[in-house]
Amino acid sequence: MRMPDPDEQVIGRRRQLVEGLRRIVPGEGVIVDEESLTAYDCDALSAYRQRPLAAVLPETVDQVARILKLCRDLSVRVVPRGGGTSLSGGSLPVADGIVLAMGRFNRILDIDLANRQARVQPGVTNLAISKAVDADGFYYAPDPSSQIACSIGGNVSENAGGVHCLKYGMTSNNVLAVEFVTPDGDVIRFGGGYDQPGLDMMGLLVGSEGLLGIITEVTVRLLPKPETQRAALIGFPSNRRAADAVGAIIAAGIIPAGMEMMDRPAIKVTEDFVHAGYPLHVEALLIVELDGPKVEVDHLLAEVERIAKENGAETCVVSESETQRLTFWAGRKAAFPAVGRISRDYMTMDGTIPRGQLPDVLDHIAELSEKHGLRVANVFHAGDGNLHPLILFDASRPGELERAEEFGADILRKCVAVGGVLTGEHGVGIEKRDLMSVQFSEVDLVQQRRLKDVFDPQGLFNPGKVFPLLHRCVEGGRMIVSQGANYAFSDLPRF
Amino acid sequence: MTPHILKAEDEAAVADILKQGRPVEIAGGGTKLRMGRPVIAEHRLDVSALSGITLYEPAELLMTVAAATPLAQIEATLSQHGQCLAFEPPDLSRLLGSGLGGSQTIGGVVATNISGPRRMVAGAVRDHVLGLRAVNGRGEIFRAGGKVVKNVTGYDLCKLLTGSFGTMAVFTELTIKVLPAPETEETVALSGLDAAQAVTAMCQGLGSSAGLSGAAWVPAVNGGDSLTCLRLEGFGPSVEARRQRLMSLLTGREAAVWPAHTSKAWWRELRDVAPLAGLEDRAVWKVSLPATQAPAFLQKLKTLGEHQVVLDWGGALIWVSLPCGGDAQAVNLRALLPPDAFAMLVVAPPAVRARQSVFQPRPAAQTAVENRVRQSFDPDGLLNPGRMAPVV
Repeated sequence: MRMPDPDEQVIGRRRQLVEGLRRIVPGEGVIVDEESLTAYDCDALSAYRQRPLAAVLPETVDQVARILKLCRDLSVRVVPRGGGTSLSGGSLPVADGIVLAMGRFNRILDIDLANRQARVQPGVTNLAISKAVDADGFYYAPDPSSQIACSIGGNVSENAGGVHCLKYGMTSNNVLAVEFVTPDGDVIRFGGGYDQPGLDMMGLLVGSEGLLGIITEVTVRLLPKPETQRAALIGFPSNRRAADAVGAIIAAGIIPAGMEMMDRPAIKVTEDFVHAGYPLHVEALLIVELDGPKVEVDHLLAEVERIAKENGAETCVVSESETQRLTFWAGRKAAFPAVGRISRDYMTMDGTIPRGQLPDVLDHIAELSEKHGLRVANVFHAGDGNLHPLILFDASRPGELERAEEFGADILRKCVAVGGVLTGEHGVGIEKRDLMSVQFSEVDLVQQRRLKDVFDPQGLFNPGKVFPLLHRCVEGGRMIVSQGANYAFSDLPRF
Repeated sequence: MTPHILKAEDEAAVADILKQGRPVEIAGGGTKLRMGRPVIAEHRLDVSALSGITLYEPAELLMTVAAATPLAQIEATLSQHGQCLAFEPPDLSRLLGSGLGGSQTIGGVVATNISGPRRMVAGAVRDHVLGLRAVNGRGEIFRAGGKVVKNVTGYDLCKLLTGSFGTMAVFTELTIKVLPAPETEETVALSGLDAAQAVTAMCQGLGSSAGLSGAAWVPAVNGGDSLTCLRLEGFGPSVEARRQRLMSLLTGREAAVWPAHTSKAWWRELRDVAPLAGLEDRAVWKVSLPATQAPAFLQKLKTLGEHQVVLDWGGALIWVSLPCGGDAQAVNLRALLPPDAFAMLVVAPPAVRARQSVFQPRPAAQTAVENRVRQSFDPDGLLNPGRMAPVV
């Protein structure tokens, strides 16, 4: 994975940089020794590693602002980091940059139950928010699988999803305000409630993958906890029948809290690992979870069961206890580690497709698996068409990582070809950067780059992420940098 | 001044017109030309020909439409398949006095991000725009988002452009998330509560597992009683169970239960802010604030003299109607706002909207970033110039 060429002059100024950082963040907050820095070499996409110049852990917004001004003045690149759980390399460092780690921003500032919102610092973990309000009967809805470790700041930067976002939305639908420090060190609050005072800048910042600045505070919506949660575990003789059932459930007006699908290889590998009681003779398995008042859940589960049978379901078990419901989920939630048990390495893809295309795309993935000579297991958030093919490989064998990358890219190209997108919830990061021009035209990308240049004309923030390197649009975007004044390079007619 | 009309028959024509570099006011159905500040442009870009549903897959929960497709056509089509726009777009034509009831387009709804009573639980317009095609001020046709319900690829330009009042791009095609329409609904109506009691009841209901999809308060007028309405929507057995839950929360309060048809009619009037419509020489403000601060704000509002209000979103949205005068009482009204609250002037004569800050004034650093963001789409300020901020 190619990253922007490091600037040797910047690396040469490391001492000056570290002295400057130490003046801003005293004590242990500036990390420079090689051993401690290894903790920042990579995020969850650990196939890619890079030692940064330094890591800095500020504790106040003022420190963040001063760090950013220092980096701007010294032309030092900045890679923001929350929990470090990104699956797309969102926090991969660069050799001539610092990692700005927000872990010390770990306080819940205010819980306002009457208005159903909480104001938190970005380093608070996703799950900690829900735990803080659990006893009062509330929770924070988006639940990425890494919720025990991922930070809300990272969730905001990546617009994280989770198994329940079919019904409750992504991060962007559950955030009411953010405080943000621009690369120039200006502190700005965007959003503020159920409406916007001007442009929806918060909407732009959520999911901007750390390219535009640093999130220093987040106000989230809290929801009353559902009274009941029950799930059905349904086996189908083919992927197509399972996909048809998913469509029929939604067409019947039911939006389940979660609707997950696994194919035969995924069922086998997870059942061998966690013994969740999954039927091994079926080709596809659905977990359909309903939540809400008990009568509603019971009523809808009966509907789901009826629809499943109409669509050829071979097995259908409805959870009769919380233990049983959690057992249904245990397999699905263990899918990634289960695959890790049978394969030295694996790669998770994240494309989204129109759900009706599911059977054809699965057939295509099977063909690609043969073509590239690599095994694949498929799990999906079926309700919203978000695929997570797991590509199995062994990086210790020469060329296998590259083959896995090519396999993944082929899957994503297929997703786009059938009308879908490259990423449903993991973000573009470095992983899908070079495929952006498959989904977007050059004009589309230039428009996005122009926004990057509004905030970060020097290109210091999270370089090498989201946008293809050495793409013509890079120059195109940069030409219009100077805050709209540099029209000479624009193709706009002049009057 | 009557603007000169430039009619675009398709997306390419929109791009051609914008490449000519003339400032334009954008109009689809023309129902929202009175919203925001008055536009300063000699030409009006009429995009009403960009109409029609191009893709509707009920099971995919989305619909792709040309940007000037009438909302009524979209809603009628959805209704045939038991679906709806969950953000419940209001028809503000009576409030705005436009005389164009029923003719708003989806493009106008997205451009203004005006959402109805269900916004509290279902999200705003901005939460339902999945993808778009548009033409920026350079005359470039671009796409953003996608035609799937879950997507984080690239910057979320759909949210950024929603509510930008046509000042950054002309929408040509929109892909909107659609959802199943509730099977049934009813409303629990409480009479005679004052604002503080109403907000307490609404917050209590919204914070409970009763699952309210609407919570609004209309104060007493002409000697009648105030009404606090709490709406329940969903599957029949669920609505029944949640009504019982709600009633047990509201012990000691006398409540009427309205059946679906009564409930529907009442919420449609509230959605359209009908209680404040049709008065002469009024300014109407839309105030956004944390619901629990609404009662204190209403107290302070009394210092401005005669006025009328309606509370929606459990109290987090207050519509205020007061005598307009020459300034819509802008400075005085904003002086009463608690921190982090904001007010938009929705109804006032053009001269007043030109003089006053229609949108809440924001700190200089914020305005500067917003202006640069806008310029990145429209460097020469050709699109709806003046609509959101004075032309410099």
